[in-house]
Amino acid sequence: MPLVNIIIDGVKTQVSSDSTILDAARKVNINIPTLCHLELHNKETVNRVASCRICVVEVEGRRNLAPACSTKVQNGMVIRTHSPRVIKSRRVLMQLLLSNHPKDCLNCYASGNCDLQTLSNDMHTDSNRFEGAHSDFMVETSSESIVRDLNKCIRCRRCETACNDMQTVGVLSGVGRGFDMVVGPAFHAPLEKTQCVFCGQCVKVCPTGALMGKSHVEEVWNAINDPEKVVVVQTAPAVRAALGEEFGMEPGKCVTGRMVTGLRRLGFNHVFDTNFAADLTIVEEATEFIHRLKHGGRLPMLTSCCPAWVKFFEHQFQDLLDVPSTCKSPHEMFGAITKTYWAEKMKIDPAKIVVVSIMPCLSKKYEASRKELSSSGHQDVDYVLSTRELGRMLREAGVDFQSLPDGEFDNPLGFSSGGADIFAVSGGVCEAALRMAAEVISGKELDSVDFEEVRGTKGLRHAHVEIAGMEVNVAIACGLGHARRLLEEVRAGKSHYHLIEIMACPGGCICGGGQPFVDSREEIEVMKKRAQAIYAEDAGKEIRSSHKNPYIQELYKEFLGEAYGEKAHKLLHTGYTSREKL
Amino acid sequence: MGGAGGAIETMELTRMQTEETSDQAKIRELDAFIQSLGLDGRDAAGRRAVLIQILHRAQGLFGWLPEEVQKHISAKLDLHVSEVYGVVSFYHFFKTKPSGRHVIDFCTGTACFVRGIGKVIEQVEAQTGTKLGETSGDGRFTLGSLRCVGACSLAPVLQVDGKTYGRVTPEQVEAILAEYK
Ligand code: SF4
Ligand code: SF4
Ligand code: SF4
Ligand code: FES
Repeated sequence: MPLVNIIIDGVKTQVSSDSTILDAARKVNINIPTLCHLELHNKETVNRVASCRICVVEVEGRRNLAPACSTKVQNGMVIRTHSPRVIKSRRVLMQLLLSNHPKDCLNCYASGNCDLQTLSNDMHTDSNRFEGAHSDFMVETSSESIVRDLNKCIRCRRCETACNDMQTVGVLSGVGRGFDMVVGPAFHAPLEKTQCVFCGQCVKVCPTGALMGKSHVEEVWNAINDPEKVVVVQTAPAVRAALGEEFGMEPGKCVTGRMVTGLRRLGFNHVFDTNFAADLTIVEEATEFIHRLKHGGRLPMLTSCCPAWVKFFEHQFQDLLDVPSTCKSPHEMFGAITKTYWAEKMKIDPAKIVVVSIMPCLSKKYEASRKELSSSGHQDVDYVLSTRELGRMLREAGVDFQSLPDGEFDNPLGFSSGGADIFAVSGGVCEAALRMAAEVISGKELDSVDFEEVRGTKGLRHAHVEIAGMEVNVAIACGLGHARRLLEEVRAGKSHYHLIEIMACPGGCICGGGQPFVDSREEIEVMKKRAQAIYAEDAGKEIRSSHKNPYIQELYKEFLGEAYGEKAHKLLHTGYTSREKL
Repeated sequence: MGGAGGAIETMELTRMQTEETSDQAKIRELDAFIQSLGLDGRDAAGRRAVLIQILHRAQGLFGWLPEEVQKHISAKLDLHVSEVYGVVSFYHFFKTKPSGRHVIDFCTGTACFVRGIGKVIEQVEAQTGTKLGETSGDGRFTLGSLRCVGACSLAPVLQVDGKTYGRVTPEQVEAILAEYK
């Protein structure tokens, strides 16, 4: 692309001619406010509806103000981003937006993370200037994962772009017209009735509190304060790599020890680790994989620990229900083991045990409510809290997180290998499975357990791995749009892979829908930092492979019997249901 | 099961079957229409471009756009149902509820408004037991509105199944409705 010369607020600069004014301004660190505009993952996904007009700027020689997000630069352009005319226009736009906004910030969970609020503060907007008609929508709470309060919606359609373009789920669309237009599902159906997979990527990009994770904090406090209950908490691998951000810490620092202490301070009776169950998942999944390889079973095998991904193929690829592994996700396995093995060991009535999962994820909330995930006779998992909700509980309790001393998980369900840590990142489940499969198939110890070739942040990756002279082809997708491409190959009978790992969220669970919010433009950077923290955690472990976890070995010896055997099947595996496309 | 109950059930069944077959025939006709557009190999934008045309055709066949038909079209075009519904709900022209056997449209232009169409609407609503924009429970009438029909000298004006009635008073409503069973 040829370069052009422009001047923004007196700053001369050269940019490529396909840049927008917004791109150019960002390059010279001039901040133009935006609301509807959204760029994700180096512009792989862009919402370019140019409807809010907050980003208008003055271009010399043009009569009308120009939206910076959608206006291309031209050679010689002279741009002013905060002239009196620009500021006045932005202010009026804000006032109009706010005239139909509940302005109930003190009661809104998005407060502090709301672009509308920030902008309103920055601009000193008189939010009551216009008295207009107010939307009066019901707050939609049909699902376990997401709450939609369309009264707070500014119709920027960022959610629609995340859902349709990035995830290709396609639940959200502009429906209705005029004042009653909303962004929502077909036939105004509640989310619960749709093919929404509850990945929460729409929640992450919503600039207001119109889309939020459903809170289960109250229920968990009640359980903790109920003397009859034994409240067991487990933490997903990805939570430790991001929880610190809730307390103003830099991304890329694992806060495992502090998290454990914090959970004890909140009053949880036993602080365990989903990582333990991640090791268990690998033993089951790698054994299933080896079984399929050896006995001519269905290949490729797809991983199944992401509930959003599971729901995606149940709706969209009903003809492929036999391809994914039948393994439950780790936190569900954890629940099943806690309410059987551990309950027996501790002589606790499983009916009194409340299992709480702290997850980077909103989909796990929905997953926990799936009726079939109750093979112990009790629902495997009782409540799921997101990383953000844990942050809230800690703040509510006045815990000074930064100064907490490090604590250790309780045993036996708190010990884990490095293979479990990397479940948090895209490629990690695949790598952990390879660590075990390679040693079991070859009967030899690996010299190095690092499978660098499956790591990375790109949405779609492939690798060849040699195991005992056998070529194993693996593919990894994060983001459901990428997953769809792999699935279409499988459907067409053109897939040459043996193992496919899929995570619904870009980068894997470290950027899940329940993680601390980050500016979408910085997500790639934060993703890399969180991933580094996870790989460091893995590298620091004495035991790096799941099947070498001594507590897992003990669990099989004392209780489960054979891996992928009868008891394991009953407690740790599940089946899939074909669901409607809507 | 025997006796009268059985006979009624059989009748009910035949009715359902004929309805089903007539719906199937309409779907087949719609599919043939879609086929004739030659969409094979077109990308999403290309398929999107014919969506409105197909919806028009479907409404022509069914009289309205039932959810099942919208889902069928979305599957045929490989577009998300939400997108199809987005278009359907955007245009006034598309109906997402079935119409009654007779459609009563009131002119809501200025002249009719000034000359008392409001009172006429109230009377029709009361007698049919339904509201503007909706269909009566017995499926007999759907009440809708029109912009000025250009018959201002006759205001207030209403149309039933396209037939125009002028200078309508609330007292005449009963007689007009009686013409339509
Ligand atoms: S949670 Fe995911 S699937 Fe559901 S509406 Fe949001 S982006 Fe779409
Ligand atoms: S729900 Fe949020 S992201 Fe979606 S259109 Fe409304 S304000 Fe924008
Ligand atoms: S990738 Fe992880 S965080 Fe995202 S939906 Fe799947 S399990 Fe949840
Ligand atoms: S951010 Fe540019 S028009 Fe909304």
